[in-house]
Amino acid sequence: MHELPVTQSILDIVLKHAHMNQVKSVHAINLVIGEMSDLEDEWIQRYFDYLSRDTVAQGARLNIERVPVVLRCELCSHSFELDIRKMEDICCPACGEKKFSFVSGREYYIKNMEAE
Amino acid sequence: MEGIQLIEIKEEIMSDNRDLADDLRKRLKKEKTFLLNLMSSPGAGKTSLILQTIARISDSLTIGVLEADIDSMVDAEKVASTGVHAVQLRTGGFCHLDAPMVAKGLEAFTLEDLDLVIIENVGNLVCPAEFDTGAIRNAMILSVPEGDDKPLKYPLMFSICDVLLVNKIDYLALSDFDMNAMKERVVKLNPDIRIIEISCKTGQGIDAWADWLSREVREFVGK
Repeated sequence: MHELPVTQSILDIVLKHAHMNQVKSVHAINLVIGEMSDLEDEWIQRYFDYLSRDTVAQGARLNIERVPVVLRCELCSHSFELDIRKMEDICCPACGEKKFSFVSGREYYIKNMEAE
Repeated sequence: MEGIQLIEIKEEIMSDNRDLADDLRKRLKKEKTFLLNLMSSPGAGKTSLILQTIARISDSLTIGVLEADIDSMVDAEKVASTGVHAVQLRTGGFCHLDAPMVAKGLEAFTLEDLDLVIIENVGNLVCPAEFDTGAIRNAMILSVPEGDDKPLKYPLMFSICDVLLVNKIDYLALSDFDMNAMKERVVKLNPDIRIIEISCKTGQGIDAWADWLSREVREFVGK
């Protein structure tokens, strides 16, 4: 349900950059979203289609690039990808340590847009 | 497709909210008021915990409570019956609070008179995790009947909280909740999180929570 304010925020940012660059129409918007975030592609697009009517972003396609969760072992610095929704115990595949820091997976930004 | 250009944006979605949340934190520092954002599923024990917390620390700290509720006043009435200033913020169907909503709610308080304001966020483990409220610390409750698999289903929520309160531990004997497995899953998502086992019913563990909160508030407000 929070997709609506998120979509509004995306549209606001896109329109700001569209205005700054004096574009006539926005064709595509490329988002980068980490796997830690819930964001439904289909709903985002549907909300966007609704909110962007009668703006230069009307009809733009939203492309979401998902960034996997990557952890770095605190002991040996080995980095590895993680499926956060699996039940298994997690330990570093290189050394077996169980303490980690985040390398990626929390991204939540607009990378760029295609416009003319 | 001549004329099409790629325009770099590199801007955080919800950056407006984050900026407003940062402004709010600055204001809270100036007013010397600590803001705690309390989140959980419906029925995990947010209101019960707030009542227990008030009973433990309202002698030494002045407290206000900001109640977010989709469309009722039940929780605010319960809290107000303790004599603490409670403000009901009806979200009208909204699933979370964001920084502008919290700032608006705080207008009902005289912040300089308060050491601590507790936000009882909307009962939901998904949406509130995405929105910075401007709080100084985030706490969440997971209750034993909800199951030890919740960190797998709502990883973001567990990753943004400073404290996890595991409530209803008086039910542990009756359930197959695996405390160690749950803790391992949480620490994997958030190595710095503090986990406190509590029961709002028996009072177990509430002192440890109240001590942590009092320390954080005193440090922030310089009391």
